[in-house]
Amino acid sequence: MTAVNAAGWRPAIGEAGDAPPAVATMSGDRGLMLEEPLSFELGAPGKCGVDLDEPEGAPVAGLARFLRRQAPALPGLTEPEAIRHYTRLSRQNYAIDLGPFPLGSCTMKHNPRLNEKVARLPGFADVHPLQPQNTVRGALDVINQLAHWLVTLTGMHGVAMTPKAGAHGELCGLLCIRAALEARGDARSVVLVPESAHGTNPATAAFAGYRVESIPATADGRVDLAALKGRLGPDVAAVMITNPNTCGLFERDMKAIADAAHAAGAFVYCDGANFNAIVGKVRPGDLGVDAMHINLHKTFSTPHGGGGPGSGPVVLSEALSPFGPLPFTARTADGVVHLVEEEDAEAMGHAQGFGRMSAFHGQMGMFTRALAYILSHGADGLRQVAEDAVLNANYVLRSCEDVLTAPFGASGPCMHEALFSDAGLADHFSTLDVAKGLIDEGFHPMTVYFPLVVKGAMLIEPTETESRAGLDRFIASLRSVAERARAGDESLHSAPRFAPRRRLDETLAARKPVLVWQGTPGVPGAPALSEIGGS
Amino acid sequence: MRYLPLTEADRAEMLAVIGAATVDDLFADVPAQARLDGPIAGLPLHASELAVERHMTGLAARNLSAGSVPFFLGAGAYRHHVPASVDHLIQRGEFLTAYTPYQPEIAQGTLQALFEFQTQVARLYGTEIANASMYDGSTACWEAILMAGRITRRDRVVLSGGLHPHYAQVVRTMAKFTRDVIDTRLPELQAEPDDIALISSIDGETACVVVQYPDILGRIPDLAAIAEAAHARGALLVAVVTEPVALGLIEAPGHLGADIVVGEGQSLGVGLQFGGPYLGLFGCREKFVRQMPGRLCGQTVDAEGKRGFVLTLSTREQHIRREKATSNICTNSGLCALSFSIHMTLLGGEGLARLARINHARAQAMVARLTQVPGVSCLNDAYFNEVTLLLPRDARDVVRALAERRVLGGVSLGRLYPGVASLRHGLLVTATETTTDEDIAIFAAELEGVLA
Repeated sequence: MTAVNAAGWRPAIGEAGDAPPAVATMSGDRGLMLEEPLSFELGAPGKCGVDLDEPEGAPVAGLARFLRRQAPALPGLTEPEAIRHYTRLSRQNYAIDLGPFPLGSCTMKHNPRLNEKVARLPGFADVHPLQPQNTVRGALDVINQLAHWLVTLTGMHGVAMTPKAGAHGELCGLLCIRAALEARGDARSVVLVPESAHGTNPATAAFAGYRVESIPATADGRVDLAALKGRLGPDVAAVMITNPNTCGLFERDMKAIADAAHAAGAFVYCDGANFNAIVGKVRPGDLGVDAMHINLHKTFSTPHGGGGPGSGPVVLSEALSPFGPLPFTARTADGVVHLVEEEDAEAMGHAQGFGRMSAFHGQMGMFTRALAYILSHGADGLRQVAEDAVLNANYVLRSCEDVLTAPFGASGPCMHEALFSDAGLADHFSTLDVAKGLIDEGFHPMTVYFPLVVKGAMLIEPTETESRAGLDRFIASLRSVAERARAGDESLHSAPRFAPRRRLDETLAARKPVLVWQGTPGVPGAPALSEIGGS
Repeated sequence: MRYLPLTEADRAEMLAVIGAATVDDLFADVPAQARLDGPIAGLPLHASELAVERHMTGLAARNLSAGSVPFFLGAGAYRHHVPASVDHLIQRGEFLTAYTPYQPEIAQGTLQALFEFQTQVARLYGTEIANASMYDGSTACWEAILMAGRITRRDRVVLSGGLHPHYAQVVRTMAKFTRDVIDTRLPELQAEPDDIALISSIDGETACVVVQYPDILGRIPDLAAIAEAAHARGALLVAVVTEPVALGLIEAPGHLGADIVVGEGQSLGVGLQFGGPYLGLFGCREKFVRQMPGRLCGQTVDAEGKRGFVLTLSTREQHIRREKATSNICTNSGLCALSFSIHMTLLGGEGLARLARINHARAQAMVARLTQVPGVSCLNDAYFNEVTLLLPRDARDVVRALAERRVLGGVSLGRLYPGVASLRHGLLVTATETTTDEDIAIFAAELEGVLA
């Protein structure tokens, strides 16, 4: 059914319906497979991992009627208990530090540790956002240096640094567009979004007050230029294009799309989530883009941290730059970098800015990390990043297209991600089974069921930080799982078997949501994990 | 290059497998005229770890760090002691370098930590539920307003004058695009917050009233009275907490009738970081759960019946609902939520209460000493760890002069409310457990010198 592995074993994980391995331990743990209760089930009321001396004296009299009757019902842990709790929890996570994390559109690359070190320098980490500007010149310089890199790498005119993540950046870009249109007295109502777009694109356009209309794709996975041109008109405010797109393909007609949009009075928003494929190879500004967010947590290696924090600066064309948000940094002729806030916006030539998107100046902790990364690579290294990312993706594409269907494989090379579909799998076998099978092989699965334009999509983005040997191991496993899914290996339906948990009941979670722990600290009653599980 | 594992031999062999002659062939879809033929001119080339660290250290040295001088700033960002174990734990690669937990079987560490976080936030806020975090307090505040609009189907929003002016700016900016009607006001320099005026602004069109607690001047509004008035008119109370440590000492907004409680979580575990990344906290009544923005982690069981956790109710979210989503938020502040949660776990509820009492006691000591400086008085009758001092002259100039004397002496109201003459003598000062008697003595002496 499938090839033997290096040790001479034929990968097949039991038969469907097999009872779980008959292993039961007193603790519920199995060797290094460790179970861990909730911190609340471990802790006791009054326990504390921080030594704090009770202060003398009573609160001010005016506070008496506001005092909290009972401290929050949260047990504490001492330091050794806390270290152990979180360390044990951490071992139930997959991470880039453990192996490839080929989530398409997510750019899970290595996170350099120099970045972590510099972000923790007290001069960056221990600085208040409202200190007098003369005490934070270095911090403002970091923002300005990073801004210069982003503008230069993209060939754009300006950059808004404050957006806190990609979707926040999209919102920033669309609000710039809306402000620019309103400034010329040309309110428009529609934003065009390709069917293959990230869900944030239509959500953002709706949030910004626009009606969203979908643009169809061509058979080769790209925006249908003719259909787009046919729809452009005086009601269209913007076109949102992802380039490279979510099928992993470069939009060859990007310049023509932009020219047509501009001719119709619309602006072009580019979703820059996939900038890693083209950094240093092509500048979006040369393709007519008016606004594009850059996920510093993708292309520029700041850690994803299990779901953020991100950072989403938005580069802007000359037409949109006057409408960018406050605050921002500006370097004056004397070489000093200033923080421009509401009061001096007008004096600094920024009277038309659309306002403030968040309380302070952006994700400084991400800026320091991204700048360290960019300086490490330099202009030459970043170009190599894009080349290696694209090379790795094409290597995966061509190494697997005989066992998995590549819907656009015939139309030429892909960019930084390889797209497959579930066509060709045996009846009743799905993309989900391939993904869960990969978990048992020790890999994080690819992005599944996205983009929506391909049925059963599997989107694989290896990134440039995978070695060839690592890719070969991943490819061997993916091929093996794919062959099993094609052959109808029933054991795949019960994967994963070797993860900390088997498939989880998401329907139950949504039908009867339990979003917080309901127990009382220090009161027994809630069963310990080993009583629930411990098969 | 130290971050790129492919060798030249690898590249050549891989191109052969692909069937391409050169790597540029893989970029064939990029129009030739747009393709760059070499590194972008004018930008530096690659640099060693040593060289980059030297450069970044030089930039850091040009900032005056809070820990190096007497420091009294607050106004939405607070300097607290973060136990060393917090930063150690969040740097474990399994937390630091994981993605959003889309594959729950191999992300139980992140998911269980989020479930614990949600429980901690709900119990801190006195709300029934909480989500898995937002970007920061200001964006959480705006999302709460949008949510109140979805629940009440009304579009008028009343902002307390005590709401952080940057938060109010974010609300006004976003409302320009959503057409919500924002009723807003400036704070007045008086000991009592503007509860009565605020209550009289609530009408039958009001979706929500937004009240910061403690407010920007450090005063404590009467949330129970405002909640009662709001509910009588079918409006919701959104409480905003920029200093979560305060809730160790003063009653939780959820226990006082607030329907949605949002705020900044930075005080616990995160550090100042020049304004970001921080994390937004978001709690509310359970009956509103399907109108909530952001990610939610829920408990369930796996195929063997073992307890486990998943992201849930995602039919509210953009990747499923697209233009009909409750919010466009995708990435949130996962690692900051973990920092918050670890710090909170180390404290426990009673430890948090003790930390809050220490903060208040330090503020009392600060107020007692600074109000001995001739011409200086304190506005507040009630406060937590932050008060408004009234100075005999423009506080912005005083703050600048203090900085020259190496004292970071608070946030002037002139910085927060530029051009508002009635507020320019106001100075916000904060003390926390990090504030020593010596810091206070130096501040008092230098303030006296500046004002002399």
